[in-house]
Amino acid sequence: MLKTGLLKQSVRMAVQNIVSNKMRSFLTTLGIIIGVTAVIALITIVSGVTGYMMNAFSSMGAGKLIVTANGTYLKQGLSESDIADLEALDNIAGLSPSVSVNTNVVYDRNVFDNISVSGKNTTYFEKNDIVTLGRGLRQTDMAGDVYVCVIDENAARTMFAGTNPLGQIIRIGGISYTIVGLAGEDGNLMTAIMGGGVDGSIYIPFQNALALNGKSNVTSLEVYIEDTDKTDELIEEMELLLDNTFNDTDGAYSIMNMDSMLDTMSTLEDMMTYLLAGIASIALLVGGIGIMNMMLVSVTERTKEIGLRKAMGAEPGLIQIQFLAESIVLSVMGGIIGILLGEFISYVASIVIGTEFVIEWSAVGLGFGFALAIGVIFGWAPARRASMLNPIDALRSE
Amino acid sequence: MRAGKRHDRLKQFTAAPGEDILVMKNIVKEYHMGGETSTVLKGIDFSVKKGEFVAILGPSGSGKSTLMNIIGCLDVPTSGEYYLSGEKIADQSEKVLAHIRNKEIGFIFQSFQLLQKQNALENVQLALIYADLPEKERISRAKEMLAKVGLEDKMYHYPNQMSGGQQQRVAIARAIAANPTILLADEPTGALDQKTGRQVMEIFHSLNEEGRTIIMITHDANIAGHAGRIVRILDGEMDEGGLEDA
Repeated sequence: MLKTGLLKQSVRMAVQNIVSNKMRSFLTTLGIIIGVTAVIALITIVSGVTGYMMNAFSSMGAGKLIVTANGTYLKQGLSESDIADLEALDNIAGLSPSVSVNTNVVYDRNVFDNISVSGKNTTYFEKNDIVTLGRGLRQTDMAGDVYVCVIDENAARTMFAGTNPLGQIIRIGGISYTIVGLAGEDGNLMTAIMGGGVDGSIYIPFQNALALNGKSNVTSLEVYIEDTDKTDELIEEMELLLDNTFNDTDGAYSIMNMDSMLDTMSTLEDMMTYLLAGIASIALLVGGIGIMNMMLVSVTERTKEIGLRKAMGAEPGLIQIQFLAESIVLSVMGGIIGILLGEFISYVASIVIGTEFVIEWSAVGLGFGFALAIGVIFGWAPARRASMLNPIDALRSE
Repeated sequence: MRAGKRHDRLKQFTAAPGEDILVMKNIVKEYHMGGETSTVLKGIDFSVKKGEFVAILGPSGSGKSTLMNIIGCLDVPTSGEYYLSGEKIADQSEKVLAHIRNKEIGFIFQSFQLLQKQNALENVQLALIYADLPEKERISRAKEMLAKVGLEDKMYHYPNQMSGGQQQRVAIARAIAANPTILLADEPTGALDQKTGRQVMEIFHSLNEEGRTIIMITHDANIAGHAGRIVRILDGEMDEGGLEDA
């Protein structure tokens, strides 16, 4: 049974000894500091980045499939009847084809090359809540001779800095379009990946886009799923249909399932975390060996002191606690410095990358726990050795 | 119960002389080395009365260090009986021996054995820490002890800021702080010049006059002459010479 007074004394003696060997203590702790910093920073940064990406992906909407169909040499993309066939499948709540148009946009005699133009149908605006001002495209716009468009905020900034774009007229492929709606900062990452313009995007009625391109093939479309529990069955049916359409040609199309991508990403995040924890624990192991080494040196250096303490009435357990306290204080100090440093690095990284800074308490706990465990595990043997020294030999040692 | 225990932490120093506080009967110590047995102590009979100042005089190799280790409970005899304050010291656990040392023995070493990174006041508290005395009491007691050896103005000095004589006085203050039954001094003047050695002996005399029991081990007959009784040890055997040998 240990009295608290003696425990306090042991910790005080440990701190005293660490402080009186500042440089050596610091160098010894460095391994722990680096290890814990790595654990904290890597886990926090990875989870911040994946969290950001998963947010972006899920804003594209769960319950959505993206079909890319570049087609074959003979059949480039999907025809309107192919799309109708797809739409006839069960469990589809809607389809939204996307047709990219290669053209430039003119407003007030300025030509904008870097604004993308794509054709969308009404389903797109029904399923994606992106219109912030004015209206989206309606069924009545789809007749093929209605020239209205929706532009996104990027495009609005590029073309109409400071003025209200609604009601303005721009020329797309030589035809005048009236702007009827403003879409939010395109939350749709996929649009950006698949040909979103650098300076913004403009959405025109689907029929108009086909006419502008001079062909009637669609290469990209979004499929909205009715019942997400049956997504796999739907994908199978779609594959059957599309294989048939493209004559079983490899690579003619691909179906991307957003839900399974989210799953994959969270699995990936877990794997990354394990991997990083593994790497960091190697650093911590090295740090632990450093502590053990220093403790063994410390025991050897202080053999005389140990002998004296024993002669003065220190029982072996107290000697062991004194040295154990020293290694624990040392490694926990390293752990705390590592946590602070790791959080600081994570904070800076979150600003640089542009993600939200969140303190991952699980990582803090892990880092602290690791440091504590290392102090105990690697301090045990040296402390035990100190406690077993024969006081007569110890007093006589030089 | 707790309060009672607290009281026990420091024994009350009593100066009623006369009774035997250390009794050794036929103490034998053997060392085994590579199949050979060497007998260092060959049946020592020895006793010390409370308030005595005894010198154990012997040349190096006589077995006096081994005897000192046994008296100091740092070692246990191979055979024979050893009673300290009426308690039998035998092959007890390290832990029990540590407690006995803390209560019964005040060590004074030839080379002082002060902790270099602690000042005089901290050094004197060492045995009191292991007696689990509360910090306040510890400090006031340590100050009192330092005053007793005339070092009240050196309390915050570190060993390397003090002379050899001063360091040994710190060590004496440390040895008496916990009121041990016996002060056990191993060549206390061995590292000092004659003058400071004499000063240390004067402190021993005054402590003895207070009624403290002192056992001093030395090879120096002059130093041994300060003691009230001298016993000689030679080749592992003790010869109770008595006062007339001094």
